[in-house]
Amino acid sequence: MLNIGKIEEGFVLDHIQAGKGMQIYRHLGLDKLDSTVAIIKNAKSKVMGKKDILKVECDIDTLNLDILAFIDHNITVNVIKAGEIIEKRALVLPKEIHGVLRCHNPRCISSIEQELPQIFYLADEKNEVYRCKYCDEKYSDGDAVKK
Amino acid sequence: MNNMRHMMNPLDFSVDELEALFDVANDIERNMEAYSHKCDGKILATCFYEPSTRTRLSFETAMLRLGGKTLGFADAGSSSAAKGESVADTIRVVSCFADICAMRHPKEGAPMVAASKSTIPVINAGDGGHQHPTQTLTDLLTIRSLYGKLGNFTIGLCGDLKFGRTVHSLINALTRYEGIHFVFVSPKELRVPDYITEMLDSKGITYEEVIKLEEVIGQLDFLYMTRVQKERFFNEEDYIRLKNFYILDKAKMELAKEKMFILHPLPRVNEISVEIDNDPRAAYFKQVQYGLYVRMALILTLLDMTDAHMNEGLLRKF
Repeated sequence: MLNIGKIEEGFVLDHIQAGKGMQIYRHLGLDKLDSTVAIIKNAKSKVMGKKDILKVECDIDTLNLDILAFIDHNITVNVIKAGEIIEKRALVLPKEIHGVLRCHNPRCISSIEQELPQIFYLADEKNEVYRCKYCDEKYSDGDAVKK
Repeated sequence: MNNMRHMMNPLDFSVDELEALFDVANDIERNMEAYSHKCDGKILATCFYEPSTRTRLSFETAMLRLGGKTLGFADAGSSSAAKGESVADTIRVVSCFADICAMRHPKEGAPMVAASKSTIPVINAGDGGHQHPTQTLTDLLTIRSLYGKLGNFTIGLCGDLKFGRTVHSLINALTRYEGIHFVFVSPKELRVPDYITEMLDSKGITYEEVIKLEEVIGQLDFLYMTRVQKERFFNEEDYIRLKNFYILDKAKMELAKEKMFILHPLPRVNEISVEIDNDPRAAYFKQVQYGLYVRMALILTLLDMTDAHMNEGLLRKF
């Protein structure tokens, strides 16, 4: 059994689908953060069988967690302060996603003007459909984050 | 300019705003002379990164008819794009020269990028297969002018309904009006995409899909024709078998209502036989004329220059 200590302030991201922990690590920009981060892969889970968990020791105002809802809205976000869970944050689909998804439409202006920011907007909340802000191309699974 | 607006998508304007725009266009139709100096001293830049005859000429004529001047380029090769300049930089430069810009670009979203960096109004004059809003405005104005209102009619859309951006854009725009019944006429290979029919279902808008024009032409108030291109078919046999279903000729027109109007975004190839060009129901060249009026009205509206000679209250929404 692997033991990882409690954190004083930060986040515990639980119930991450097994194998997606590293993706979330990258998309949250945790590689650029000067903080203690624990990535637990394939932890045993009664509900999921296997799951990943991320523990991030940081100021709770420093992380933008919007992208999590897009990647997997079943992730549990525990907000930790003074060593205790002070909030279980509900994940809400962001209205826009900046710099994470990439438009793969070869006819899109962003395909030739590389300096343009990649922006997707929430076109259909019910069906979780995002579209490129420039060309309205629907984001397809496999283009970037979701696999 | 305060509250500067652009025209990227017909749906950017509310139904009331479009009504006001069409009122101006119809006023121009009646009193062209009264508008001939409205844009004295103003310059329209036509930035066309790909060749276009009708759209560019229509924009240039619109500005000239308003008393303004035009400048620009007609293909990417004669612009700084050939040297690698970005759309954002080009529009920043053009903003220093002109008062308004019409942009056509083969890449989807390019006019939107331009609008985000521009200090002058930008009109999307077509961006790849994405949007061509002034064509849709033309279609709406033509229907409104011929029928007297936008709503309570049956419109057939015939031909390539899968890839035709004008068709998709027109359907989207028409869903904001009451009592419109759509009849989609196409080979199964070129059916209207599912996302369109799903959208119509979700809004409770009625439609039917058929393969043969003869079966439905008698119930239509408008018939919007598009070209069926050979390269869209998987094999030549299917093309040969089906192509005559989608050619409008005298025989088919005999089955149509006396007041059914035929529209077409042009250019036409052979999908409308020339034998019916003189039929009073053939409205596709009149449509080009309405395209001019609506572009004139749009230029005036975006330049916020609509009050002086207009009937009182015409531009209540602007």
